[in-house]
Amino acid sequence: MNIPKELKYAKSHEWLFFEDETTARIGLTDYAQKELGDLVFVNLPEEGDEVTAGESFADVESVKAVSDVYSPVSGTVAAIHEELLDSPESINEQPYDAWLVRVENITDQEDLMDAAEYEAYLEEL
Amino acid sequence: MKLIFERSVKGRGCSVLPECEVPVWDFGEYGRKKELRLPEVSENDISRHYTELAKRTHGVNDGFYPLGSCTMKYNPKINERTAANDGFTGVHPLQPEHTVQGCLEVLKTAEQVFCEITGMDRMTFQPAAGAHGEFTGLLLIKAYHDSRNDGKRTKIIVPDSAHGTNPASAVMAGYTVVNIPSDPDGCVDLQKLREAVGEDTAGLMLTNPNTVGLFDKNILEITRIVHDAGGLVYYDGANLNAIMGVTRPGDMGFDVIHLNLHKTFSTPHGGGGPGSGPVGCKDFLARFLPSVQVEGDGPYTFVRQPDSIGMVKAFYGNFLVVVKALTYALMLGKDGLWEASRNAVLNANYLMEKLADKYKMPYRRTCMHEFVMSLEQEHEQIDVSAMDIAKALLDYGIHPPTMYFPLIVAEALMVEPTETESKENLDEIIRAFEEIYEQARTNPEAVKTAPHVTPVGRLDEVQAARKPHLKYSYDE
Amino acid sequence: MGRYVTNTREEQQEMLRAIGYESFDDLYRDVPEQMQIHGELKIPCGVSELEVQRRMEAMAAKNKVFPHIFRGAGAYHHYIPAIVDSVTGKEDFVTAYTPYQAEISQGNLQSIFEYQTMICELTGMDASNASVYDGATAAAEGVLMCLDRKRTGILVSAAVNPQVLKTIRTYCYGRNVAVQVIPEKEGATDTQALREMLDEQTACVYIQQPNYYGILEDVEEIGRLAHERKAKYVVGCNPISLAVLKTPREYQADVAVGEGQPLGMPMGFGGPYLGFMAAKQDMLRRLPGRIVGQTVDSQGKRGFVLTLQAREQHIRREKAGSNICSNEALCAMKASVYMAAMGPEGMRRAAINSASMAHYLAEKLQEAGCVVKYSRPFFHEFVTECPVDTGMLLTRLEEEGILGGLPLSGRELLWCATELNTKEEIDHLAGIVKEVCGR
Repeated sequence: MNIPKELKYAKSHEWLFFEDETTARIGLTDYAQKELGDLVFVNLPEEGDEVTAGESFADVESVKAVSDVYSPVSGTVAAIHEELLDSPESINEQPYDAWLVRVENITDQEDLMDAAEYEAYLEEL
Repeated sequence: MKLIFERSVKGRGCSVLPECEVPVWDFGEYGRKKELRLPEVSENDISRHYTELAKRTHGVNDGFYPLGSCTMKYNPKINERTAANDGFTGVHPLQPEHTVQGCLEVLKTAEQVFCEITGMDRMTFQPAAGAHGEFTGLLLIKAYHDSRNDGKRTKIIVPDSAHGTNPASAVMAGYTVVNIPSDPDGCVDLQKLREAVGEDTAGLMLTNPNTVGLFDKNILEITRIVHDAGGLVYYDGANLNAIMGVTRPGDMGFDVIHLNLHKTFSTPHGGGGPGSGPVGCKDFLARFLPSVQVEGDGPYTFVRQPDSIGMVKAFYGNFLVVVKALTYALMLGKDGLWEASRNAVLNANYLMEKLADKYKMPYRRTCMHEFVMSLEQEHEQIDVSAMDIAKALLDYGIHPPTMYFPLIVAEALMVEPTETESKENLDEIIRAFEEIYEQARTNPEAVKTAPHVTPVGRLDEVQAARKPHLKYSYDE
Repeated sequence: MGRYVTNTREEQQEMLRAIGYESFDDLYRDVPEQMQIHGELKIPCGVSELEVQRRMEAMAAKNKVFPHIFRGAGAYHHYIPAIVDSVTGKEDFVTAYTPYQAEISQGNLQSIFEYQTMICELTGMDASNASVYDGATAAAEGVLMCLDRKRTGILVSAAVNPQVLKTIRTYCYGRNVAVQVIPEKEGATDTQALREMLDEQTACVYIQQPNYYGILEDVEEIGRLAHERKAKYVVGCNPISLAVLKTPREYQADVAVGEGQPLGMPMGFGGPYLGFMAAKQDMLRRLPGRIVGQTVDSQGKRGFVLTLQAREQHIRREKAGSNICSNEALCAMKASVYMAAMGPEGMRRAAINSASMAHYLAEKLQEAGCVVKYSRPFFHEFVTECPVDTGMLLTRLEEEGILGGLPLSGRELLWCATELNTKEEIDHLAGIVKEVCGR
């Protein structure tokens, strides 16, 4: 299982890369993409949308399922990763490059884990 | 095989219509610029093409079709004949009333028969399918609360075992959905229901027998809890085939129901439609019914209801499908319908008991018209899934059961044999299931790569969804 | 008693015993006693096939089948080639369920793929679904698929079929969104009024081409106005007319819908019919219902599957855009076989013969004393003002086996002609109208 050291992790299996204290990119972990199977579509929010910690902000589709993606932080969507709309498979292939959204003005966040903590968390599942 | 477009040869065709015998209308600037590319084929080409397609299509006439919740019973041929009568097919829906008395008699008789079977007071035939019926029934509930200025009722309660259409229909009717978990028996958890109901409850949607094939014994308590909270109770008619002549949704406390005439009442599914999803209701909801109701006892008249929700489609529903269902109901009558239900339940229990030696039945008690088995153990132990078992059945000429439904059972296969299967068919099917069970253990790879003798193997659904290719590309 | 249960009473008893039950009643022990029906249902006992055939025939005989039909208004009397019923009567097609098991449903799936292709050819659109219930629900679904968080306004022309308008209203009542009606002017959508009604909240504009009165709308102008305010443009069209008229794509519609009944389905007192829906690529994922896609099997062989299913209710549940599951698959097959049998030339003939007959009829009715109400170009329907009471005129026509135009308000009749009408028939009709009007 690939768990990069420089990222933070949420219990609902999103990774966060903090560009600064109030700006982060969010994506799905390697564990999440394996569990979800081959992804065929991503529904992303729009730029300017507010996201709230613990609430769904996007969903990903496999052939026979749709799963919500939860935001570990509260803030404003500054950018969405538009290329994913045409190539959802990159979430399966390169989960840590395939960020979904970039959130700025982060005001609140869940308790996040570092790589070691996330690895321990996965072992317990 | 070829697509019909790949059979096309410029200059071929059928000679269907004569030339115009009056001056030809010139559409001038309104004309389309893009050439209309349709196949240019002879009638023989068409006939052979579709015969080949028919050979690649499995219908009820081809073999066992135990698709749970879909009631794939035999489709009697007399239904097709009565519905093809020119006296029905040749009638324009906007003819004067005195020229369509036969059609009105069909609708009136069907209303009487299906109301009696379900314990309802009135019925509309306008909805074209089950989901359409759900939408219509929920709008009746909405119109009822609106008429009482009870605007705070914004929620519909749906058990987690429900069909996906239930929550989707509730949203189309403007409601938010409250999902409640089932109890370990797969039935409604009364405590959870009591906690969920309140001043914001518009109604509850339920099917009984439920989606695991069990009759919910607490049904009177369930409908009372919802009524006491001021909500109404909706019956999803998908599973009516078990109870005709035995018990009625109206007597269980349901206020509004839909039927699937293409399930319980033997009209064919046509590869996905057309169906018919009439909605029945108790008298107090009748004034909200859509379209028109037939009144009188010959001559019949169409009467619009005073507080009608409007129309849910054009005209009076899938009328010719109603003709088929009425033909069936009249032919079977009260005795035949009762016999049909009892045998649907017998066949399901027979199949369940015989398969239970090998396959795990998560709810092993007397089932109604269908039962659910779980391949969870096999999936964990030998990596053979419900899907693999389903695909292996294809090589036996058997249509698989419904897969992965209901969602509350892991690796579910939902089996509904229907009353029209014979004992020897069921015994043959039991043998097929047993052979597959053995093979899954001795040669799992063969099961996991099934089917082997169908026109195509397992298809790449991921590619189909990632790069949708939804029509023939002329330019390739 | 009629029955389709295969097992004999003896076999049934044998099966009961084999699984440890004494009687059928034991199977129903979970049904509480107080809820069981004591006695019988109050419907007649079952009968034989011959008896039910007689009963249904007797009902059919109480209808009048008009040999000469000049009424449309949403249901059209067109010729149905013999091959249509022959093909779509094949039992495998008739008795199959939705093709969820692709390996044994390739025939059904391929026929839907071919249907989708033909609908895209007719409309000029990029993608078609596998059908919805009828033209009215197609219009309602077409309008709803344009709603989003920021745009909830729906504008519908007053010149659309009134049943379609009512259906859109009912669907919108469900979704708690309001419908505004664009007034009509001289039998067509009032574009000046439309310009004033459009705003930043408008999700879509819905019109019909040809409209309810048969008139050809100024479809380019309406599309331009809608798009100027970034609203979507949804058009309901008559599929026969599309053989010759501009495609919705050519006038920039985003979604094309319509009633497919003219493509090989009988009038059948209103159903089953066929709702077709097609959209531009950017609206693809908002299309409701089933869609078939091409793919390959494990050996690389071409095959077809239901695809993009995660949009649908059985997976997305309360988040699905629509609740539809059963559609009108067999009717869609009728439409495909119809279009294959007609080919491009036959389709064109059906369209031109219908329109030409309608124009001949209009001319003859004018000569007989009626006035064609609107001066704008029409396709195969038109409105006349009659000098006499329409009830009297229609009764007289009925005596001759003629179903005349549909009465609208006052002395207006909405007429329709198709390729099934003949010159002789129209001359005869005109003779009667002249006689009645001249009295």
